[in-house]
Amino acid sequence: MSSNTITIPGIGVEEKPWLETLHEWVTTVDHKRLGILYIVYGLGFLVVGGVEALIIRIQLMHSHNDFVSPQVFNRMFTMHGTTMIFFMVMPVLFGFANYLVPLMIGARDMAFPRLNAFSFWLSAFGGLLLYFSFLGGSGLYGAGNAPDVGWWAYAPLGARAFSPGHSTDYWTLSLLVSGFGSIGTAINIIATVLCMRCPGMKLGRMPLLVWLYLVMGGMVLIAITPLSAAQIMLLVDRYLGGHFFDTQAGGSAVLWMHFFWIFGHPEVYVLVIPAFGFLSEIIPVFSRKPIFGYPVMVAATVGIGFLSLTVWAHHMFTVGMNSYANSFFAITTMAVGIPTGIKIFNWIGTMWGGRIQFKVPMLFCIGFLFQFLIAGLTGIIQASVPVDWQLSLSYFVVAHFHYVIVGGILFATFGAFYYWYPKITGRMLSERLGKWHFWLFVIGFHLTFDVMHIPGLLGMPRRIYTYEPGRGWDTLNLIVSIGAFIQAVAILVFVWNLIISYFKGAKAGSDPWDAWTLEWSTSSPPPAYNFATVPVVASARPLWDLKHPEDPDSQYE
Amino acid sequence: MSAAAIPLSETQRPWNLPYRGKVAMAGLIIAEASIFTIFVVAYLFYMGKSLTGPTPREVLETPIFFTICLLSSSLTIHYAGKVLQRGNRSAFLSLWSFTIVLGGLFLFGTGQEWHRLIYEQGLTISTNLFGTTYYSLVGLHAFHVTAGMIMLVIVAIFAFAGRVGTKHSRRIEVLSLYWHFVDAVWVVVFTVVYVLGR
Repeated sequence: MSSNTITIPGIGVEEKPWLETLHEWVTTVDHKRLGILYIVYGLGFLVVGGVEALIIRIQLMHSHNDFVSPQVFNRMFTMHGTTMIFFMVMPVLFGFANYLVPLMIGARDMAFPRLNAFSFWLSAFGGLLLYFSFLGGSGLYGAGNAPDVGWWAYAPLGARAFSPGHSTDYWTLSLLVSGFGSIGTAINIIATVLCMRCPGMKLGRMPLLVWLYLVMGGMVLIAITPLSAAQIMLLVDRYLGGHFFDTQAGGSAVLWMHFFWIFGHPEVYVLVIPAFGFLSEIIPVFSRKPIFGYPVMVAATVGIGFLSLTVWAHHMFTVGMNSYANSFFAITTMAVGIPTGIKIFNWIGTMWGGRIQFKVPMLFCIGFLFQFLIAGLTGIIQASVPVDWQLSLSYFVVAHFHYVIVGGILFATFGAFYYWYPKITGRMLSERLGKWHFWLFVIGFHLTFDVMHIPGLLGMPRRIYTYEPGRGWDTLNLIVSIGAFIQAVAILVFVWNLIISYFKGAKAGSDPWDAWTLEWSTSSPPPAYNFATVPVVASARPLWDLKHPEDPDSQYE
Repeated sequence: MSAAAIPLSETQRPWNLPYRGKVAMAGLIIAEASIFTIFVVAYLFYMGKSLTGPTPREVLETPIFFTICLLSSSLTIHYAGKVLQRGNRSAFLSLWSFTIVLGGLFLFGTGQEWHRLIYEQGLTISTNLFGTTYYSLVGLHAFHVTAGMIMLVIVAIFAFAGRVGTKHSRRIEVLSLYWHFVDAVWVVVFTVVYVLGR
């Protein structure tokens, strides 16, 4: 691939002093560097949020435990949820979007490089603001430090009277700031996909990941903004004496719930749609077959996007809405299963009859297929209103959504790490360590989250800091906690793999997986300008055309 | 394996993609519309639910003149873009300045209304639910008008320095998209606050 790089004399030859390198990284507007910054930043918060999860699990290991105080426990689950959603999964997914979207569509950068950098730093400072609350949260009142209102901060808990001090303000502001960052990045992704494609890259020829990021960008615009609006209202209530969520002045606590979940539910799909995209890239390559049903996949994604905007109040069945509202949200929630089912069948259809290579990225994707299916099924169980009345706010719900986020999104993201790490660093991740990571994580995951359904069914509420002996919860919780530690070990193996392979991994070359999308046509890591000559494509698999001039895909389009 | 191996027949076809500024502004407008929707829903939801006075019927007066100002500024900015495209820079300058004056008049109207409500009627953001929702919604809109005004003034400064020409008309178009959006939002806010809400 040497013919595809330009050597510019005098650049990148001599070793730079570290301060200059740091300066370059801080001031960079290159989409690849910003992508890496996003990902590293997200991985940092994965470790922080993971430690918080472990603290929660140690506390719940057996009944009447007093590892942490109830107050600290409240802070831990609030910070764990907020961190993992906003400062771990979102940045990692935006990081991959930044890195991959321009490369996949044959562009040299995002549409707005400086907006890109600005959005990243907004998100980054949002995360710092959240964690600064540990230091500055008590404010003048000496009450509490980190936010302890739960990740949804139901009214009136978020009001001044019940959350004195500044901890809730840090929570509000950090989400507001990082929300603006997300909007900026979403606009950038959309503009890049629509306006920066290389010649021949029609919408119907884009890699599915790019399509899915386009849908994700649109959903961020529509779904993240209600949270920003609600946070502004909360700030008005807390600082200007407003009454939006103040029940004593006629305000409504339920309105906050609606506003939060209008954001909260589509947010899950904002997170899972890129995960679908990872699968749609990885499964074809490791099955040695083109994706099955490309247009249907796109249609199903757009369908999920629309449907997901109509399901939010299934989080509120226990609030006491009327039966029409309950029925509506139950039906729409179940309907999401249809396009999602289509996708699962398409991935299976892609694998069917293919020569499947069980490399680590593929292992994680197969794990996703099984686990996401179960997560979807428990979701449909809870879409049934009477069942939800029984299960809502129990550990069954916690098990369900961790099945989606860990068993689904995180697994797909790990697959993406193993798949694109060679492109990003030029080195392969170790397959041996990768398999250790995969199997340890599978065992830990299933120990934790399969078993966690049962205390939920037995009536264990979420967010309690301890429980009484003799309810039959002790052994189950012990198993759940042991599983959490196995997952932690798996994450350590993963992080170790990331570090050791960076220095000692096998050289990857530009196309280690014999893949078909444009990012593999340039060197690994790609040069700053991505492509020496802007590529021209004639089909959805440009590299296939390149490698098989006798039988190109373009012939069949 | 060079890029040249890919069939070249595609290159001969014209390859036109939308202008990124316009797409980005459309994205921003979708996001902003979503934010405004939440505030409008809150306003509608809390209509008539204040536990204490004053009520909208007692204190609000319909700002017809200033509404006409804002809405007609959409026309002037549209024609400013048109004449710039044709290269008529002096007409652009006067239409653009007229837009700023109209926008400024609108903001003055909002300020006057707020002054009257606060000092004469005693309605503040913390008085009752009406105050909370009214100042938030109208304030959010006024904030967007202000942001638009700042951008308009920046363009005006460049225009007076003779730095705005036909080649900038695409960017001017993006800015006027934003301005049209702000006007459209006012139509909704006006309907909700001064027609339905009273």
